[in-house]
Amino acid sequence: MIINSRFFNRSELIGFVALAALLFVILPLSLDVFRLNLVAKYLTYAFVGIGLVLCWGYGGILSLGQGVFFGLGGYCMAMFLKLEASSPENTKIQSTPGIPDFMDWNQITSLPLFWQPFHSLTLTILAIILVPGLFALIIGTAMFKRRVGGTYFAIITQAVAAILTILIVGQQGYTGGINGMTDLRTLKGWDIRPDHAKVILYFFEVFLLFGCILLAQFIRLTKLGRILVAMREQEDRVRFSGYSVANFKIFAFCMAAIFAAIGGAMFALNVGFMSPSFVGIVPSIEMVIYTAVGGRMSIFGAVWGSLLVNVAKTGLSESFPQLWLFGLGGLFIAVVLAFPNGLSGIWADYVQPRIDRLLAWRKPKPAKAWTDSSVADGAPAE
Amino acid sequence: MSNEIKRGLQSPLRRKLLMGAAVLPAMALLPRLAFGAGPPTAAVNTTGLAVTDTEVTVGILHSATGTMAISETGSIQAEKLAIEQINAMGGVLGRKIKVIQEDGASDWPTFAEKAKKLLVNDKVASIMGCWTSASRKAVLPVMEQYNGMLYYPTFYEGLEQSKNVIYTGQEATQQILAGIDWITKEKNAKSFYFIGSDYIWPRTSNKIARKHIENFLKLKVVGEEYFPLGHTQFNSVINKLKLTKPDVIFTDVVGGSNVAFYKQLKAAGIDLSKQTLLTISVTEDEIDGIGGENIAGAYACMKYFQSLKNENNEKFVTAFKKMWGDKTVIGDVTQAAYLGPWLWKATVEKAGSFDVDKVAAASPGIEFKGAPEGYVRIHENHHLWSKTRVGKAKLDGQFDMVFETADLIQPDPFPKGYQ
Amino acid sequence: MLGDYSIGDLGSIFVMQGFAGLILFSVYVLMALGLAIIFGQMGVINMAHGEFMILGAYVTWLTSSAFQHYLPALFPGYFFLAMVLAFIASGALGMLVEWGLIRHLYKRPLDTLLATWGLSLILQQTYRSVFGAREVGVELPQWMLGSKQITDTIEVPINGIFVMCLTVLITVAVAWIMYKSRWGRQVRAVVQNRIMAGAVGINTEKVDRYTFGLGCGIAGVAGSAFTMIGSTGPTSGQLYIVDTFLVVVFGGAASLLGTIASAFSISQTQSTLEFFMSGSMAKVLTLLAIVGILMLRPQGLFALKVRK
Repeated sequence: MIINSRFFNRSELIGFVALAALLFVILPLSLDVFRLNLVAKYLTYAFVGIGLVLCWGYGGILSLGQGVFFGLGGYCMAMFLKLEASSPENTKIQSTPGIPDFMDWNQITSLPLFWQPFHSLTLTILAIILVPGLFALIIGTAMFKRRVGGTYFAIITQAVAAILTILIVGQQGYTGGINGMTDLRTLKGWDIRPDHAKVILYFFEVFLLFGCILLAQFIRLTKLGRILVAMREQEDRVRFSGYSVANFKIFAFCMAAIFAAIGGAMFALNVGFMSPSFVGIVPSIEMVIYTAVGGRMSIFGAVWGSLLVNVAKTGLSESFPQLWLFGLGGLFIAVVLAFPNGLSGIWADYVQPRIDRLLAWRKPKPAKAWTDSSVADGAPAE
Repeated sequence: MSNEIKRGLQSPLRRKLLMGAAVLPAMALLPRLAFGAGPPTAAVNTTGLAVTDTEVTVGILHSATGTMAISETGSIQAEKLAIEQINAMGGVLGRKIKVIQEDGASDWPTFAEKAKKLLVNDKVASIMGCWTSASRKAVLPVMEQYNGMLYYPTFYEGLEQSKNVIYTGQEATQQILAGIDWITKEKNAKSFYFIGSDYIWPRTSNKIARKHIENFLKLKVVGEEYFPLGHTQFNSVINKLKLTKPDVIFTDVVGGSNVAFYKQLKAAGIDLSKQTLLTISVTEDEIDGIGGENIAGAYACMKYFQSLKNENNEKFVTAFKKMWGDKTVIGDVTQAAYLGPWLWKATVEKAGSFDVDKVAAASPGIEFKGAPEGYVRIHENHHLWSKTRVGKAKLDGQFDMVFETADLIQPDPFPKGYQ
Repeated sequence: MLGDYSIGDLGSIFVMQGFAGLILFSVYVLMALGLAIIFGQMGVINMAHGEFMILGAYVTWLTSSAFQHYLPALFPGYFFLAMVLAFIASGALGMLVEWGLIRHLYKRPLDTLLATWGLSLILQQTYRSVFGAREVGVELPQWMLGSKQITDTIEVPINGIFVMCLTVLITVAVAWIMYKSRWGRQVRAVVQNRIMAGAVGINTEKVDRYTFGLGCGIAGVAGSAFTMIGSTGPTSGQLYIVDTFLVVVFGGAASLLGTIASAFSISQTQSTLEFFMSGSMAKVLTLLAIVGILMLRPQGLFALKVRK
């Protein structure tokens, strides 16, 4: 009882401290800047993962279109950075200096109206949150008010991802097309490319990540979080108890979208790059996989999942490019078949009891009621 | 180097493999100590590249997996062949070329990440790689920031020039203009119809083609259509072709769409022996998937065909087939990829150094007389002077060359009057 | 754009355009039928559907190569054998997958999505390792190439006619199996109430396995037919998957008639739009329309009225 706080139970606290130690101390000390920057890139998916834990793990809403929100956030950030990189001095060889290079290639001679707000950092930050949030609100309202759920919702979000990709690629004069927005240089005059900037950006991102973790944890513990779980288990009973199921679903979906958008914005900052290849169906499904590997019920699991799968991806594809897809495919199947709760499930089922026994502070409790064990039977069937 | 590895991903298996990879070439060297006779390392490598007395490391960065693997496999093969041949001739400045191959996985950010890894971790002296414009655009800032040297093999849209890139393929004006001029005269064409995949290369190429046709030749473009990458249904546009009856269909459709387009064109009864079609995106590689019978009679406009008759090319084709099998075909980009290592070798030897700055500065004027396409030379703008040729596709999937420019064409990545 | 042409020209273009829409319709029905069985009847989200199709395409390629080598005299007819083999190969793989993977996941439909996505990655890499990264060109017999001249100005592609006939044949066969045969009744019984179906003596496991196999087998035939109009490479299957799911969902998952109706409306919309605007925008507008209508009518065009 000594360590148990209200906000975190003991095992969560251990997880929190371990993750903080890893991200704030161990990795920065042990990795060179190149690898640290890669970790920063992997962690941008952790934002998406946290959102998915809320809306998929707790709310039971599987979205296969998180790439849309990741992309929207990323593009908002990238548009700001691109405008700054396209100052008249930098672009004087163009026929119209002062606009992004890809516009010049497409005979656009003045900055389109919807680009104007991205001259301002404040408006950009607002846009990163609001644009994906509103978009999710529209989709969510249209779907959940009409009780579209489960597999239908998943497939429709997939179609939305396909539409947005084709649009971005097709409107290359305004979006950079399939090349995306490359060669992002400075943030308010501060060069984001050199090594020391990468380190600062890394720490900034980790801070934000922990902010999101705490926010997600807070949502989880409020009544709202409990209603989400109740809804996932027995939607009709919640509805009959007088709750507006649709509104809760919309909220969870919007939160997930905003988290994903923050991840996307961080991606643009850390990688210096944004492209439609993060918007489509394949990346969206991969993001779901990171979450599933980490454990769809665990906020920390989502972070671990994003980190480990991507480390494995980089490592395997550096050494055995041919085997990578076999590995990834096998991982999906294994996670679904054998470990539906992912790494956090393995931890809770196998490692945690041992640690408890070892420490023997008290007898292991039978189970943490509905939070962690109920998913063993899997996500709810439609 | 070993320090880098230790600080890298902490996988013992990977470390072991890397050490193995480092030991293997050294063992292969034991019987014939041919390498190591060059100038001292300190003199040829002042910027800390991965150059030892006997070895120099070079990166190959293409997609071995994903949708682009279809196209990029040929480039990887050509680059490996060139490097093997260079090593057999004694390497570069007395050093054997060691290759580190990375997989871009058809994903642009992965290309950027791997390029950075090659430059920062592996300290490669140059990189042969990239294929799509998007991957090059992603890699370019990395090359410029970390001062690397990229040899880029694909014909592309132009509008770019960098100290850190040598473009061994043609830029758009070089590839397109001579071909359009020829076909206009030969077929007495008055009207053109453009069909392309929806991304920057077809759009820019078509823009250049349109300006040329409308402003310089004073002819008409009667249609311009773009389809999403991977699109497989072309019946509607084929009907439009039947309605507008253009003299020339000008196509830059890429990837799997190509196959669908030509199969459906053939099925719809458009006979390419009667209807003139000029493509800038179909090489021998693509015909492998399309099937010769579906495209026979079409004209392709580029700088190289496998069927070119000259001594260099015959040697190249024989060596390529010996290394990669009798059934492989060689397209324009594959040949351009083959030039990369040779041009780099010649430049390094002229500069007397592996330093990227010196190599970049020494590049203009570098010649390669052994090129399968014939003589090539690097221009001040880091593109190649090259001839443009038009070939007619045959049933067996090869091209018959029907036209070639008399002189080398000057590369002009920022063409005046075409922007 | 239409003002410059004669009435006769326009008339024949509209006929051919209608025909192009019909071909697209047949293609969509072929793609979606297998999935309509697997997703609509069994509730399994099979993301590897495209890879089953490509398996059929590769089988066709192998068959054509074998005929060219060993039985050049019979080459004109190889396609029929190839389709049968494609059905068997894809169906067998489907049953294997059902046994090893899907049957553990019937209670978790969303998880089938993840698992089959993993399966599709593995299959893609397998194709790449076995057949090479490059696309393979399937050579067609001479009689399937070219087009049939109906009037002076109207001609229709022969392979289009072939695909249409095939579609009609397979649709009729599937409809008969599902709605007239004893086995089809068992399938529908299992779909509606698994426990009761088991209780009255239906071997539900066997029904599941054969249903899944049938769906995959049809995908294989579709893939085989698509070698006539599309490309055959390790990743070609992914091109089809979203369209296929949308057709099935738009039609109302559990209804074969709905699948056909939705394939018809989507294909006509798309091919008409493509005629008047660029292919990219046509695709976007079609998808938007589908998503829009699905928001208004989430159960799809034809919903089966059953209690959940």
